[in-house]
Amino acid sequence: MTNQHPNPRAAYWSGFRTGAPFILVVAPFALLFGVVAQEAGLSILQLMSMTVLVIAGAAQLTALALLSEHAPTVIVLITSLAVNLRMAMYSAAMVPHLGKAKLSTRLWVSYFLVDQAFAVSILKYEETPDMALSEKLAFFFGAMSPVAPVWYAGTLAGALLGSQIPPEYSLDFAVPICFIAITGPMLRTPAHLVAAFVSVSVALLLAWIPYSLGLLVAAVLAMIAGAQTEVLLARRKA
Amino acid sequence: MILDQTTIWIVIAGLAVGTFLIRFSFIGLIGDRELPEWVLRHLRYTAVAVLPGLIAPLVVWPAATGGNPDASRMAAAVVAFVVGMWWKSVIGAFIGAMSTLYLVQYLMG
Repeated sequence: MTNQHPNPRAAYWSGFRTGAPFILVVAPFALLFGVVAQEAGLSILQLMSMTVLVIAGAAQLTALALLSEHAPTVIVLITSLAVNLRMAMYSAAMVPHLGKAKLSTRLWVSYFLVDQAFAVSILKYEETPDMALSEKLAFFFGAMSPVAPVWYAGTLAGALLGSQIPPEYSLDFAVPICFIAITGPMLRTPAHLVAAFVSVSVALLLAWIPYSLGLLVAAVLAMIAGAQTEVLLARRKA
Repeated sequence: MILDQTTIWIVIAGLAVGTFLIRFSFIGLIGDRELPEWVLRHLRYTAVAVLPGLIAPLVVWPAATGGNPDASRMAAAVVAFVVGMWWKSVIGAFIGAMSTLYLVQYLMG
């Protein structure tokens, strides 16, 4: 049964409340990206353009790290876009729920399709299948409303703050630490662990290859290793 | 470090357009078509396949020490990993690791 009296306003605020706790995750990450981008030598205009146009922290940090190593532009782009490939999965998962929205609305949904918005929305849609399309959209934009401004403002604050921090604080190491911190919680299953292990080992073994090409090889092998482990474990369970 | 301005702008533009197209792919272009299971299975591991390999060399051969392995940075990386994985806390991992970094640097003079 579909909802006879859709209430997008209530859905928007419900989304807002669900998204609000993510401020605690997004704010420090945004600050950090601002600091690191500033240290890497990006101007305020450049780092704000990146943060507003891309809104994908892990990919932005990947691009920065590779730019600092003077990797070729093509490699920088391929590697950081590879980090975002998971979002194709989000896009596919949203089709049954939001696929009938107007094209202009779907453009905005795509722009805001970040990890947090996707995770809370898809969960909500599955828990309450009788939501109307207008409510689903309102919930999604509600969930992003507290997160996106904090992401933009946090980056700017980080960039302004970063120029004040003296080098003895070893902030050079904030990037790797930040990466490890966001990767740790992603290692949910043995297959994810195997993928991460292969990625680390191959990347270290192939670090001598120029232009950071070793990383791409490591990533492809790690993906295959993760997928294969998943198949093997499922077969053993069956 | 000096970065080439044109390169930076190309990376920003390319990353923006590419990321948008990835997000728009199904909901805007391909529509209601099931992804084959084997594709989904590989997509699940893209982030964990790229990020650890990107970090590892930065941890083992840090630029700040001229590429020499450094105990404080190794210790910090281990703490970040353990806290992040066990407690699933990004902030906890970050704070724990930076504290470890400063502590070990202080202890070793």
